[in-house]
Amino acid sequence: MIAEVQKILESYQFNKTRMMDILWDVHNKNGYISDDVVDEIARSLNMSPLDIKETASFYHFFHDKPAGQYQIYLADTVIGKMNGYYDAREALIEEVGCVFNNVSEDEKFGLFDTNCIGLSDQEPAMMIDKVVFTQLTPEDIKEIISEIREGKTPEEIANPNGHSRKDVAYIDGMVSTNIQRTGPVFFRKDRNYRALIMKMLGTYPGEVIEIVQNSNIRGRGGAGFPTGLKWKLCSEVETDEKYVICNADEGEPGTFKDRVILTRSPKDVFMGMIACAYSIGSKVGIIYLRAEYWYIKEYLEAQLEEMRHDGLLGEKILGQEFDFDIRIQMGAGAYVCGDETALIESCEGKRGAPRLKPPYPVQEGYLGKPTIINNVETFAAVSRIVTKGADWYKSFGTEKSTGTRLLSVSGDCDYPGIYRIEWGITLNEVLRMIGAKDTQAVQVSGPSGECVNPWQDGERIFCYSDLSCNGSLMIFNNSRDMLDVVKDYMEFFVDESCGTCSPCRSGNVDLLHKINLVVDGKATQKDLDEIVSWGNIIKSTSRCGLGMSSPNSLLNTLIKFPKIYKRKLAKVTDMVNPSFDMHAATSVHENLYKKLQEEAK
Amino acid sequence: MSIKITIDGKEIETQAGEALINVAADNGIFIPRLCYMRGKPCLGTCRVCSVKVNGWMAASCATPVYDGMNVEVDDPEVKDMQKALVENLFSEGTHNCPSCEKSGRCDLQAIAYETDMMVSRFPYRFTERKRDNAAELIWLERDRCIFCQLCVHYIRDEKTGQKIFSISGRGPSSQIEIDKTLADKMTKEQAREASDICPVGCIIDKERGFDHAIGVRKYEISSIRERILKGEQ
Repeated sequence: MIAEVQKILESYQFNKTRMMDILWDVHNKNGYISDDVVDEIARSLNMSPLDIKETASFYHFFHDKPAGQYQIYLADTVIGKMNGYYDAREALIEEVGCVFNNVSEDEKFGLFDTNCIGLSDQEPAMMIDKVVFTQLTPEDIKEIISEIREGKTPEEIANPNGHSRKDVAYIDGMVSTNIQRTGPVFFRKDRNYRALIMKMLGTYPGEVIEIVQNSNIRGRGGAGFPTGLKWKLCSEVETDEKYVICNADEGEPGTFKDRVILTRSPKDVFMGMIACAYSIGSKVGIIYLRAEYWYIKEYLEAQLEEMRHDGLLGEKILGQEFDFDIRIQMGAGAYVCGDETALIESCEGKRGAPRLKPPYPVQEGYLGKPTIINNVETFAAVSRIVTKGADWYKSFGTEKSTGTRLLSVSGDCDYPGIYRIEWGITLNEVLRMIGAKDTQAVQVSGPSGECVNPWQDGERIFCYSDLSCNGSLMIFNNSRDMLDVVKDYMEFFVDESCGTCSPCRSGNVDLLHKINLVVDGKATQKDLDEIVSWGNIIKSTSRCGLGMSSPNSLLNTLIKFPKIYKRKLAKVTDMVNPSFDMHAATSVHENLYKKLQEEAK
Repeated sequence: MSIKITIDGKEIETQAGEALINVAADNGIFIPRLCYMRGKPCLGTCRVCSVKVNGWMAASCATPVYDGMNVEVDDPEVKDMQKALVENLFSEGTHNCPSCEKSGRCDLQAIAYETDMMVSRFPYRFTERKRDNAAELIWLERDRCIFCQLCVHYIRDEKTGQKIFSISGRGPSSQIEIDKTLADKMTKEQAREASDICPVGCIIDKERGFDHAIGVRKYEISSIRERILKGEQ
């Protein structure tokens, strides 16, 4: 392996900022990253081995010990749990022959939990290495595992027709794109990128920015920063190098629209990046693709290659003095990398810990250079804006929230999938469109967003000043226990907190403890008051968006659905605190005493 | 560029871009902190220096001042949040001042006194964390680590610049690590510096122990508040 490590390092010119790729190459070869390999990388790159582990141990998909020949990750999402997740989980334990977070005795399988893998409309879903299986039944699982035991690879099972990984049919064979409602902006077949680039190169870079600014499009990732202004600020910085990064980390539970855009219209995204590069003066683009989407990587690379072949990417694009190319950077399992500065850190081969701002990425981003980071959907929309003009785009949506956006709809409704909406549509209209009946609650924008009650909020409007949805829309009908949902979300945030700042690292653990007390019927009104107070402390003092939003689902449901909490409160009959666990409190002493007695024997 | 900002209603003239935490100290306004060292780039990990800037909480170490900024430090909500953040550290780790070598020169202890903390409002976890005493000069008492990352950033191998201290894992299961090979190349002075930079009793230089009697320990001679306001730390 040592010789192979040297080869891998050579292929990245011993550049430690490419640590994510180096670690992935090792992991792909060995199935884990051994101490020997870490030592070898460290020696060659003049780093401390623990510095490399600092990066590796941050990411969910990197293992430091053997984790099975085939690594199975079952998505343990709220939506999955409403759709047969528990049966799938049991079946996996039964067939593989080990419990979760373990490796089977024959070391053939490793069995792990993972958070949302961007397939909420077709759960339960699992990854085995780099392929995915959806809508799993226990029978499916039995068949898949026995076929692997008989010698087939997971890929052969997921791709029985033997499509090339470069072909969209390879992806379509595994997952469905479920586009329910499209429109004039996305998924157009009639795109002429050559003509568009030609036209664009005939204008000044400032004109492209002006069109984007005039369209009033705001970032579709969630924060909603005006895209044109971001580009303008970056274009004004005078420097030799700038970068364009496409955020394809799509980690918010319940979102999958970026996967669908990248599958159906990847060149729209590349085109948006090209427009950005031209307008700010950048030569290098990076797509940060989440590891859960490994199965679309080669297809994307083939699409990039096609554009290079057509002269639309690379040196001297269409014969003009404009060089720009795009590479794909794989993530390795960290929700927080959806934060733009955490994503940059990850691209530089480090832990995905969000940076302090200022400086903002438009000033100092990737490798310290001005960087534009936009979401997949933003770039795709921009590619249409530069084609059709700002006025055309502004004809959709409302005056302040222009254009359209894509919703990833999952949960209790008749037609889950991808919907194009114009800003300005009401929640009730959306619920009718997707066939949601008997709806108790809607989680808008995923766990970090807002939980709304259609009885109170049905006429609220999707727009930046009201429901500024980041694309995730999860529907829960009246049969669901929302406390389970909230508990699941808190577990998610405890799992995904990077741990850099103390309120988020530790505070979310306390909130999880509180919701567990509620679920167990041991909470009192004091606990509910503390949830509100502590939740606000975490929101107000955390370093990045993760901690600023992690208490949302708890705080929202306390306001919107107070009854689900009140009816679980413990009856306080005497002076004893209901959450006081006498057994737990005395067991330490008891256990010690037992141990001492045994030792005495 | 000379600008004017307001802290607790008092107008202050200062230079744009300076860190708010320093502007406050220079004007006699104490803001508690644990991971900030004047003169070094801020890390923004402990959040204890959070104050209200134009009505919103912001870490003052990571906030450059600008003209017209309105800051509230002496505010009940601000003080309660700062105190909560300190309490949070006491319940997350295991901190037992009477048996700690760092007592009397511990920033966490001193800041806890300054914020009037009596007991943590959060449940004490007493998480078991393994200590690491393999290095010749350094004793790593992980129970007391608050993940400020000062050691990770500012204590490096003098020859190669490599990290002697690092973090492993993520979120609540993060752990501070020490590279024994590099740590054993540290001079006694550097080990002392690592111990001094640590705001708690996590990094202990082995031969030091309890070197000052109660009454003449660092923060008993001059309080953390006085030191910060003098610009010493």
